[in-house]
Amino acid sequence: MLTREIGSMTLEHFWLVSISVLAAVAIAAPLAVWLARHARGRRWALGTVNIIQTIPSLALFGFLLPVPLIGGVGKRTAIIALILYALLPILRNTVAGILGVDAGVRESAIAMGMSEAQVLRQVELPLAMPMILAGVRIATVTTIGTATIAAAIGGGGLGTFVFRGIAMADSKTILAGAVPAAIMAIVADEVLEWVERRFSY
Amino acid sequence: MAALVEFRNVRYQAGGREVLRGVDLTVEENETVVLLGRSGSGKTTLLKMVNGLIAPSSGEVRFGGTPVNAQDPIQMRRRIGYVIQDGGLFPHWTVAENTGLVPTLERWPREKTEARVAELLNAVGLAPATYAARYPRQLSGGEKQRVGIARALAADPPLLLLDEPFAALDPVTRFGMQRHFAELRKAFGKTAIFVTHDIREALTLGSRIALLKDGAIETVASADEFARSTSSEARAFLATIEDGHAHP
Repeated sequence: MLTREIGSMTLEHFWLVSISVLAAVAIAAPLAVWLARHARGRRWALGTVNIIQTIPSLALFGFLLPVPLIGGVGKRTAIIALILYALLPILRNTVAGILGVDAGVRESAIAMGMSEAQVLRQVELPLAMPMILAGVRIATVTTIGTATIAAAIGGGGLGTFVFRGIAMADSKTILAGAVPAAIMAIVADEVLEWVERRFSY
Repeated sequence: MAALVEFRNVRYQAGGREVLRGVDLTVEENETVVLLGRSGSGKTTLLKMVNGLIAPSSGEVRFGGTPVNAQDPIQMRRRIGYVIQDGGLFPHWTVAENTGLVPTLERWPREKTEARVAELLNAVGLAPATYAARYPRQLSGGEKQRVGIARALAADPPLLLLDEPFAALDPVTRFGMQRHFAELRKAFGKTAIFVTHDIREALTLGSRIALLKDGAIETVASADEFARSTSSEARAFLATIEDGHAHP
C-alpha cells in the first residue's frame, strides 16, 4: 500500500519538477538572450531574480496563496513558486554563457558576414550550451528539493509524506518522502551532467 | 589601377577622445597597404571602418566606389576577408567548417565548398587529410593563423583586412608566415590592408606604408621611401631595427 503510494507520489513529484523547470527554461532562455544585449535590463532582471531566490521557500508559498488568479491552494500555485526559483540559475548561466563567448570569435562571426540571428544560433548559443545546461542542472536539482515543501500548500508530490510524517512524528513516513526525493536529485544530476558533457566541444 | 578603398577626412571620437582626426587614404587594387603605428594610434579603428564594424563620427569610407554605410553590411562583409590576432576561429567547428564559413553562408553546393576548402588548406600548407577534421584547440598558434587566412580567402573576396595577424607568433613562425602570406596574396591577386606595430613586418609586406600617429597619418610611403623618411615618428620606428644591428 505504502509502496504503491510512494510510486505515484514520486511520479507526481517528477511531473511537478519537470513542468516547472521546462517552463523556467522557456521563460529564462529568451529573456537571457535579450539581457545579454542590454546591460541595463540585465542588472535589473538579475537583481530581481536574486531577490526572489532569497525569499525562504515556505514563505514564498505562503505569499502566493492569497494572490488572485495565480494563488490558492493546489498545484498551480506550487508550480508558479517553483518556476520563480528555477529562473535564477538558468537566467544567470545563460547570460554568462553568451557574454563569455570570446570577443574575437564574435567579432569574426560578424566580420565574415553572419547575420545577428546566425551569430546567435550558430556561434553564441552552441558555445554557451555547456553553461546553459549547467544552469538547468542546478535548477533541476534544487527544484526537486524545494518541491517537497510545495506539499504544504497542496502541491502534492513526495513532500506529502514529509509533512504527514512530521504531523505524526513518524520518521519512517518522513523517509518515505525524503529518500526517493534524494535519489531523484542524484539521478537528475548525473543524467544532466552527462548531457552537459555531450554538448561541450 | 582603381581605388578599392578610400578614406575621406575620416574622424572618430570615443569617450571624449579623438581616436582619428581627419584621415585621407586611398588603397589601390592589388596592393598591400600597411597601417603602421603605436598602440592607440588608431590603426585598428581605421581598419574596422572598412567592413563597417566601426562607423566614423564624420567623413566617409568607400569600398569598391560605394560608401560603406550605403551597402548591406552582411553582403559587403562576405566580400571582405578578415583575419585577427588570435584567429577568431569558432572553437566548436572543425578546420574544414571554419574554412568553409563564407561559402556555407553563401549557400554554395556542398561539393564546391569542399573542393574550395581543400584547395585553400593546401594553399596555406595544411594537408586536408590531416587537418580538415581537427578542432582549433588541436592546432598550434601558427596553424590557427593559417586556417584564419584560408577562411578569409574562401569566398574569393577582392579585399583582405588583417589586424596584427602574426603578432602572437614566435619570431621564426612569424617570419615564415609573412613570406607565405606575401606569396599567397600575390597568387590569389588580393588587395590587403594590414595593421601592425612591427616595422620589420611593414617593410617586408607593404607595397606602401601608412604611418599613423595619434589618429592622423604622418606619412604614406613605399618601403624604400619609408626607410629614408625624415618624419620623427618614422625615424623612431626605424631606430628599433637599426640599433644594435650591423649594416653591410
